[in-house]
Amino acid sequence: MKIKSEKDFWSGLMFIVIGAAFAWGATNYSFGSSARPGPAYFPFGLGILMSLLGAMILFKALTFEVQGGDKIGPWAWKPLIMITGTVAIFGWMLPHMGMVVALPILVVVAALAGDEFHWGEVLANAVLLTIFSWLIFVLGLSLTIPLWPSFLAN
Amino acid sequence: MDLINNLMLGFGVAFTLQNLAYAFGGALLGTLIGVLPGLGPVATIAMLLPSIYALDATPALIMLAGIYYGAQYGGSTTAILINVPGESSSVVTAIDGYAMARKGRAGAALAAAGLGSFFAGCVGTIVIAAFAPPLTELAFKFGPAEYFSLMVLGLIGAVVLASGSLVKAIAMILLGLLLGQINTDVISGVPRYSFDIPELTDGIGFVAIAMGVFGFGEIIANLGQPAEKREVFTKDVKGLWPTAADFKHGFPAVLRGTALGSILGVLPGGGALLSSFAAYTLEKKMPMKPGEVPFGQGNIRGVAGPESANNAGAQTSFIPMLTLGIPPNAVMALMVGAMTIKGIQPGPQVMTSNPELFWGLIASMWVGNAMLVILNLPLIGIWIKLLTVPYRFLFPAIMVFCSIGLYTLNNNAFDVYMGAGFAVVGYAFYKLGCEPAPLLLGFILGPMMEENLRRALLLSRGDWFTFVSRPLSGALLLAALLMVVVVMLPSIKKKREVAFKDAD
Repeated sequence: MKIKSEKDFWSGLMFIVIGAAFAWGATNYSFGSSARPGPAYFPFGLGILMSLLGAMILFKALTFEVQGGDKIGPWAWKPLIMITGTVAIFGWMLPHMGMVVALPILVVVAALAGDEFHWGEVLANAVLLTIFSWLIFVLGLSLTIPLWPSFLAN
Repeated sequence: MDLINNLMLGFGVAFTLQNLAYAFGGALLGTLIGVLPGLGPVATIAMLLPSIYALDATPALIMLAGIYYGAQYGGSTTAILINVPGESSSVVTAIDGYAMARKGRAGAALAAAGLGSFFAGCVGTIVIAAFAPPLTELAFKFGPAEYFSLMVLGLIGAVVLASGSLVKAIAMILLGLLLGQINTDVISGVPRYSFDIPELTDGIGFVAIAMGVFGFGEIIANLGQPAEKREVFTKDVKGLWPTAADFKHGFPAVLRGTALGSILGVLPGGGALLSSFAAYTLEKKMPMKPGEVPFGQGNIRGVAGPESANNAGAQTSFIPMLTLGIPPNAVMALMVGAMTIKGIQPGPQVMTSNPELFWGLIASMWVGNAMLVILNLPLIGIWIKLLTVPYRFLFPAIMVFCSIGLYTLNNNAFDVYMGAGFAVVGYAFYKLGCEPAPLLLGFILGPMMEENLRRALLLSRGDWFTFVSRPLSGALLLAALLMVVVVMLPSIKKKREVAFKDAD
């Protein structure tokens, strides 16, 4: 068997797996009857339907020739890991370390994910964005965002 | 003439110096906060509700209406400028609006959104004044079966949001519907797919998905391209204003969007939202005029149509609230809350017992819209300047505002983690050629759709034929079926066009 469209092959597979997982997960809840549909009724049907569509996409990917093979191409691992990583770290740091620490780190690590990095520029950007965010979110909107690390604030 | 008398009464109320100031203040606050990703109209109004307690009923509601429109327009601004739809109804605007911004035509897109909204707002005001009672009758005819069928129609319509494969787009809608199933079942109270994580029993936030997939995912995709191939925004920014051709193409789209939005907005529960999707569907199916840019690559009709529909819908969604007391969406629910705090029971009697309030509010909606245009047209210049900032400064800034926005949703890091997770999902979608806009619509409509499906089945004692046998519901499903056929047609039509060209 030869994959004729890489993108469709993998997305078809993704839809089948996720659909099946949701349908299987639905078996934990009560189905009810069609006169009194339970919590599993809708997601089970949707999951099966999505798997079927996934199978159609998969079938198409294996039978119809596509020009160039619809290659997925290389994954951009560096930005993928750094951008999502830094957002997650920011999520953890903000309540613990406060905006003054968490925000500049977010800016610097995000900038590292790009391909042009100059310390001077990035630090200036970080300081500017921190002040700006403080002005808008804390001073202007008085949202409850921790500003300083929790061990300093107490 | 009742209509003119009533509107005169309303404008008499709205055009006092004090109320004009509140309308302006509301529109300004709404725009400023709506532009910040993650803070939509609901959050804005909820935040400002305490300060509104101090006001009288009329100025309070006028200010709320101003905030509502302002925040909505602010949401469209971020959709156009940085591809992060500030709220559900601007998902569609992001598609062609952001494409226009990348081509240096953000000014034209923002102006089209603003002017289209203003026009739709004017028409919507007249529609409310003239047709509030008969339109309420229409809303009464909608039972759960009709709502379900309407949503099926809306979802099928969403398929046209994607420019690629039809089957993939439908699968993405289903994926969105399934993601919407992660919640606590409204009927039985059973938490579903929550893996015992308390945050998940409330469901995934729309904002977390929108920011993760559209905001962060887009940044990763951009950074993944080699610098010389990456051209996020062109340096050559073409004017602040729409060109004559833009007006020529855009104006009919505004008219169609306004008509659609005025009708759909009356339906409680997502009417205004569906109208922006429906308008995009309609525009995409209208024949292309020579010299137009294809949809998805920055067609002005893709901004003007949905934005007008959205605003007309937002306007007419006041009808069910003012006449029946049924809030059609979360913002309106907060407005009902504000009314009851002020001792006014929303319902049909408001029109007769508080005519100044009723007509004043309607007139002030128009005033709020006018304020928006006055306020935002000069701002366009500033927004455009923002895009000339090099991308290496811009993307960390987008990340900062999105991350803080995510955190402030619930003052909880969980939403930030969700945003990061959906960044990976968004990048995977990009790599696999799955377009995410239909997923978002499915996600929003999922819970409503399930509720109406189950209610309809309950009422019909499990008889699925109820959806076909009820005339209105059957007609909607038939329309959905026709739409599938129409969506599949263009490929045939395109081949025909090619054949004709060869023959020439």
